[in-house]
Amino acid sequence: MSALLNVAGLNAWYGESHILHGVDLHVNEGEMICILGRNGMGKTTTLRSIMGILRKRTGTITFAGSDMMTMPLHKTARAGLGFVPEERGIFASLSVQENLMLPPVVAKGGMSVDEIYALFPNLHERRNSPGTKLSGGEQQMLAMARILRTGARCLLLDEPTEGLAPVIIQNIGTVLGELKKRGMTVVLVEQNFRFASKVADRFYLMDHGQMVAEFPVGDLPANMDMLNRELGV
Amino acid sequence: MTMIFGVPMAALMGQLLIGLINGSFYALLSLGLAVIFGLLRVINFAHGAQYMLGAFVALLLLTWTGVNYWIALILAPLIVGTFGALVERTMLSRLYKLDHLYGLLFTFGLALTIEGTFRYFFGSSGQPYPTPPALAGGVNLGFMFLPIYRGWVIVASLAVCIAVWLLIEKTKLGSYLRAATENPVLVQSFGVNVPLLLTLTYALGASLAAFAGVLAAPIYQVSPLMGTNIIIVVFAVVVVGGMGSILGAIVTGYLLGIAEGLTKVFYPEASNTVIFVIMAIVLILRPAGLFGKDV
Repeated sequence: MSALLNVAGLNAWYGESHILHGVDLHVNEGEMICILGRNGMGKTTTLRSIMGILRKRTGTITFAGSDMMTMPLHKTARAGLGFVPEERGIFASLSVQENLMLPPVVAKGGMSVDEIYALFPNLHERRNSPGTKLSGGEQQMLAMARILRTGARCLLLDEPTEGLAPVIIQNIGTVLGELKKRGMTVVLVEQNFRFASKVADRFYLMDHGQMVAEFPVGDLPANMDMLNRELGV
Repeated sequence: MTMIFGVPMAALMGQLLIGLINGSFYALLSLGLAVIFGLLRVINFAHGAQYMLGAFVALLLLTWTGVNYWIALILAPLIVGTFGALVERTMLSRLYKLDHLYGLLFTFGLALTIEGTFRYFFGSSGQPYPTPPALAGGVNLGFMFLPIYRGWVIVASLAVCIAVWLLIEKTKLGSYLRAATENPVLVQSFGVNVPLLLTLTYALGASLAAFAGVLAAPIYQVSPLMGTNIIIVVFAVVVVGGMGSILGAIVTGYLLGIAEGLTKVFYPEASNTVIFVIMAIVLILRPAGLFGKDV
């Protein structure tokens, strides 16, 4: 049990529909894992259940030795988990700067505002405009940046490249590389495994609410046929 | 005598002043309603009762313990705010997961219960609250006579409205409130104690109503029914301003107060209905209200 995040036998429901059927996964400190899978297989649900946003769940989730199943939602961030949702969740009634400063700092070791603006110069230029006036790529940067400020130990990142131009995707890749150098633990959900292969250490493949395969990045070439078949690309 | 549009200047200014005073109460009350609705999505029917409670707490503080107006102006909103926090924590918070209608029905029932209790103990006739000595009397402005207390009501209401607006638009706490209005779950996942924020917001709304109640005590009679009379108009103000819009509630409160006052000068028969006529017109032309974002 040396892993930072441990998930075992996780089941989750949206209302009556049973989405996760016994998810097992673990993430070591400083590791970047990537969950692959087609739409509707339960990737986002896995992240939302780990974060505690989805409360109708059974199984075990431990993070840094704490039981996350009983923890109220506003305490999960304090335990060191940071969540960047697929829809980014930028607030329209807050300026870029207010969006950035919104999440409370939960631990030392987060990035300073200066470091963040150095990493994302666009955000600095547009710091006084309303959050939702940013482009899709900038909103994604902002959604990540505001978690980096908090000192979270583990980042749950849901499809950061979705709908973005190749040049922006490259930027996001650079940012993830930078995070890895800093020793940040990341759970990445992604459909674009070519992008993920540049940053992730290990892959899980998800199908119908379960993890059906797990392999390190080095085994990616050997699994290419299977992935192309499973992901339908 | 100076005449404007065939109406004596003094009459016009007098009604304008009454309009501004009514507008001050509309603004304070609709501001509280808008803050509560924005974050809790609850239409707080108990708002009129909380306004009445503010006035009664001031009156009882004075008659039972001799606490003066100025201390009551601080103490009554604190007491009613604490009562609001207790109500939210123990009862209202259990209804958030249900249809919004339940919150409305609950606060409506709460209003009837509070008002009924006060009617039982104090009767429905009003009781006077003396004007604080420092604000007694009036000044002659040349074109009209201004009772000092009424001038104070306008100033105090304006100051509190601006302070609340600044709190919401310019502070960290306000940014939590605005963000949680948009997406409470995400804000909570950032580590903000949103349930506590909801309690504080309801308490803030209730104490704003109580503050308006204390301000109103020396002008109107302190009566268990004083809230019922004003709250219907205040709901119309919130609808015209745009549900949940803070600035809309404040500006519309004053504007409709003035519109009501001016109608009394030019066509007195319509003065009781003009606000509802304006509401109907606004709902036809801009269903989201003057300051509301499109739904």
